[in-house]
Amino acid sequence: MTTTAVETVTLTIDGKTIQSPKGTLLIEAARKAGIEIPAFCYYEGYSLQAACRMCLVEVEKAPKLQVGCTLPVAEGMIVHTDSPQVQKARKGTLEFLLTNHPLDCPVCDKGGECELQDMVFRYGAGESRFTEMKLHIDEQQWSPVVFYDAPRCILCYRCIRVCDEGMGVGALGLGNRGASAVILPNKVTGDNQHYLSCDECGACIDICPVGALTSGIYRYQTRPWEMNHVGTICTHCSNGCKTTLGVRNGRIIRGNNRDHSGINGEFLCIKGRYAFDFVEHPERLQSPLKRVGDRFEEIPWSEAIETVAARFSEVKAAGGKFGVIGSNRTTNEENYYLQKFARQGLGTSNIDHQRTGDLTTLLDALQGRGGALATVADVYHAKAVLIVGSDLSQQHPLLAFQARAGVRHHDTRVYTVTPGPVREDKYSARGVIAQPGGEIAALEGLREDLAKEPELVILFGDAIRGDAVRALVRFADSLSIPVKYVCLLDYANSRGAVDMGLTPDLGPGYHPVDRPGLTLDQMLKASDLDVLWIVGANPLRNRALAGENTFVVVQDLFLTETARRADIVLPAASAYEKNGTLTNVCGEVQRVTQAAKVMGTKPDLEIFGLIAREMKINVGIWQWQKMFEEIRKTVRGYNVPLPVVATGGAAQTNPVNGRVPSLIRPEEIRSAGDTLFTSGTTGRYSNVLNAVLESPGRLYSGK
Amino acid sequence: MLYNEPSPLEVRVLTRRFGLPDSASLDTYLAHEGYQAFQKAVKMTPEAIIEEVKASALRGRGGAGFPTGMKWSFVPRNSPKPRVLVVNADESEPGTCKDRLLMEYDPHQLIEGMMIGGLAVDAHRGYVYIRGEYRYLIDHMDRAIEEAYRKGWLGKNIQGTGFDFDVYTHSGAGAYECGEETALLDSIEGKRGIPRMKPPFPAVAGAWGLPTLLNNVETFCAVPAIIRDGGAAFAALGTPKNGGTRLLCISGHVNKPGVYEIPLGFPMMKAINELAGGIPGGRKLKAVIPGGSSCPVLRAEECDIPMDYDTLMKAGSMLGSGGMVVMDETTCMVRAALRIMKFYAHESCGWCIPCREGTTWLRKILERIVEGRGQKSDLPLLGDLAKNMLGRTFCALGDAAAMPTISIVEKFPEEFEAYFSGKAVESAARHEPAFVTA
Repeated sequence: MTTTAVETVTLTIDGKTIQSPKGTLLIEAARKAGIEIPAFCYYEGYSLQAACRMCLVEVEKAPKLQVGCTLPVAEGMIVHTDSPQVQKARKGTLEFLLTNHPLDCPVCDKGGECELQDMVFRYGAGESRFTEMKLHIDEQQWSPVVFYDAPRCILCYRCIRVCDEGMGVGALGLGNRGASAVILPNKVTGDNQHYLSCDECGACIDICPVGALTSGIYRYQTRPWEMNHVGTICTHCSNGCKTTLGVRNGRIIRGNNRDHSGINGEFLCIKGRYAFDFVEHPERLQSPLKRVGDRFEEIPWSEAIETVAARFSEVKAAGGKFGVIGSNRTTNEENYYLQKFARQGLGTSNIDHQRTGDLTTLLDALQGRGGALATVADVYHAKAVLIVGSDLSQQHPLLAFQARAGVRHHDTRVYTVTPGPVREDKYSARGVIAQPGGEIAALEGLREDLAKEPELVILFGDAIRGDAVRALVRFADSLSIPVKYVCLLDYANSRGAVDMGLTPDLGPGYHPVDRPGLTLDQMLKASDLDVLWIVGANPLRNRALAGENTFVVVQDLFLTETARRADIVLPAASAYEKNGTLTNVCGEVQRVTQAAKVMGTKPDLEIFGLIAREMKINVGIWQWQKMFEEIRKTVRGYNVPLPVVATGGAAQTNPVNGRVPSLIRPEEIRSAGDTLFTSGTTGRYSNVLNAVLESPGRLYSGK
Repeated sequence: MLYNEPSPLEVRVLTRRFGLPDSASLDTYLAHEGYQAFQKAVKMTPEAIIEEVKASALRGRGGAGFPTGMKWSFVPRNSPKPRVLVVNADESEPGTCKDRLLMEYDPHQLIEGMMIGGLAVDAHRGYVYIRGEYRYLIDHMDRAIEEAYRKGWLGKNIQGTGFDFDVYTHSGAGAYECGEETALLDSIEGKRGIPRMKPPFPAVAGAWGLPTLLNNVETFCAVPAIIRDGGAAFAALGTPKNGGTRLLCISGHVNKPGVYEIPLGFPMMKAINELAGGIPGGRKLKAVIPGGSSCPVLRAEECDIPMDYDTLMKAGSMLGSGGMVVMDETTCMVRAALRIMKFYAHESCGWCIPCREGTTWLRKILERIVEGRGQKSDLPLLGDLAKNMLGRTFCALGDAAAMPTISIVEKFPEEFEAYFSGKAVESAARHEPAFVTA
């Protein structure tokens, strides 16, 4: 990084002398000095509009009030943000705004967290002089998740910008003019019904300062102050977005990123914002099941635990063969406990999970160098980003958002090597189409451009595995520029599963084990397994289990294809119903916090603990805090600062910096290839995701 | 007919070919000094052309009255980006109807003015943005452009001078807002016509982000005469800092409404009484909107002044785009205010809050007053709301709506009182002024 001296200017705002870098917008300079210049249309990080006129301030020597959101600070500027003239202007603007804005705050979703309400309360007149008829336009439903109530709209154009600039979708625009101007979605039916065809991410709803855009999931359900707001991590993809769940009476009724405090800032996709509804799906398992012939019978927890523990003890005593398959979604503590249970409690190395990216080969190829793994923030800050073999906007929406924001804010150059057209093509510096397997060869076409970049972050998907990973690292090394990597993985804790040693050849922290066990594929093919214990995974979705007499125990949320094969099914709590930590695709450890409780389920950690107790073996105390403490002490790279995690921050793990002798066979590495609207099992049971998937681009009449 | 029998009081520079047989044809144009200015300009340096325009004291005829030569000098000729030229022919200001005559009767004068502008800023492409309502004029301009191409006055290597210039017409779609120069640029680019933030000004980043020379039709039409006869000669026609002649569109209560070319500084009362033949029926003058509906109204006793940019500014109004509306004693000023506000409420683009909501609110109040449901407090409310718009909107449309309202409220309060007391409501003698909107 080269440091350029930034010229500072001295100015006075409300009698306060402040210094600010030249070119800073007045509204930002004031905010840093603790002075609020109110605004609706100004939104940090998006293009300037100067449309709402709320930020008008008095600048001495200027002939009229100046627009605070577009005015760069200048040397010697004297600004008054609260003079009688400014106060009158604000009052006037708010009075204008309220002329056609319905005063339906008592039923409006936004009531209580509405920027217009706050502004009127603080800067407005107590009474309106408006005695004419208000304009009215009926409410419209644009998609399963987006409703538009035009009279409430104050036309700040935030939604248009977040959709276009932030998401790269551009599904919203402006129609009509004057007082009849409205926001319009991108599609219209033959009978003139407007509807949306987009990512359904709901960013427009979140960014709306008033109740004009409301969520089909949340609308008219509650008032904001009647909810508890639980900050946790989205359980779907591996990006690790913070989502704040609005919980009332133990039910999750809203997801958003209320305080923008996570690594994702204001970003959330449809999954983080809406796809929490699997929690309440009617098919959710709420009682342990026991196979009786070809059907299941509900049994009490005590009986289920006793049955499982008895069988485990029996097989262990007889020197039988265990297989354990872990999850891409369970917490670090659960993963750690499970592998410890398997290795120490059951004495087996047959433990694996569905590998979704070749992280181990990457770590091995990068041995001997530090700081070579990129964080989510790095993807934004990087001067150049290279995406290899992934439809980033579909599969890793936060990372794609970061890259887009980089392009927008500081001209990040984005390069792509993909098997087909991707959204990044819209703003990428160069893109190359390469068939699977041909990515590394195709990179040569970008060599000249990449070598000119000062630095690079490479994101690669499951198409790059095994030797291809080493070839990619060799290619990057040959560019002679600083390079960081992100190995793209599928789900919320895919990274944590590898880190915690849910692999047959590597224990926690990538320590090689003495006698490597069977991989997932090998376990499924082994006909002589006595016990197969599957936790939060669905490997039998499109494969069969060879062992006909294998005793299968499944812990899951739903009766999946795998659970149907089970002898005992244990209903597990989802990530939204438990506490612990997750590690995202970039190796950042974040805390998940319990938001809801579903009757009859138990967190996997507790289930493990109960089985261990029943078996009279000691695997440790099944409390997430105790386990996390043990992880911090024993797992390489996980000695992360507790306060960061405890306060909802993201703590970067230190990458393993040494040899990672992985025995993984590249063909066993498979991404599920989820899109924006799918997410493995939990996605299949999310009504919202199914609603947008089943009829993408169709009008939803709301009936 | 907007184009009247010429009056001996006129000074005919831009309109000199009006009335000639087949005046729009290239042959007529060439026979009457046509393209001579271009032939002269092509031998001049760009600096010299701009100096000549500066010397003419020509000021923008679109309404703002910005010195044209200075505007031309802002266009960076040495920019690595190509320069483009745009003609604002989105003539939509109520009361204004001059540009249509210039294009109808003398389209080649405009093309020549554009070519000289092209020489001055090293631009080789020009766009004439014509309001959609002027459909027939778009065809008319296209025919003139086609004739110019056919006879070698447009295209590559014009008349062997080595200068290339292309002209295209572009249709507006019925938005007053697109007469605002930056909204016009968005519209040309195919976007919704919304004004842009300034800076950057169009001279630096205009159409498609390219340095753009943007002027009104009449402004470009004045350029050939300036180059041909010299800037000083043009300037001498008018008053200091207010060079040359301009087209005055007189409408309303006059015997001979129409478009007249007058030197700047021409007395207003003389224009009403002599050029336009006075007020019908010997009725008395009540008020004048001097330069299009966005200019503050002058009471009759304020009208005895010469018409140039600076004097009118001093009188609290504007010369604007030359759309003079004359209102006699039978005019109801409240209805006039309503008529004006209906226009602005309809034309507000909706981009910023004060204009979008303010114009509609003012319209509703005025409607209510005219319907006899006004109350005393409406008068200060009208003034206060208009002042809440004034100077606080994104572009000048909000000011354009606020200024006439403020002036009518302040200058004719008694007419509002008459409505509040119920005296005026049923009065049959009152009627709206007829604006000429072309």
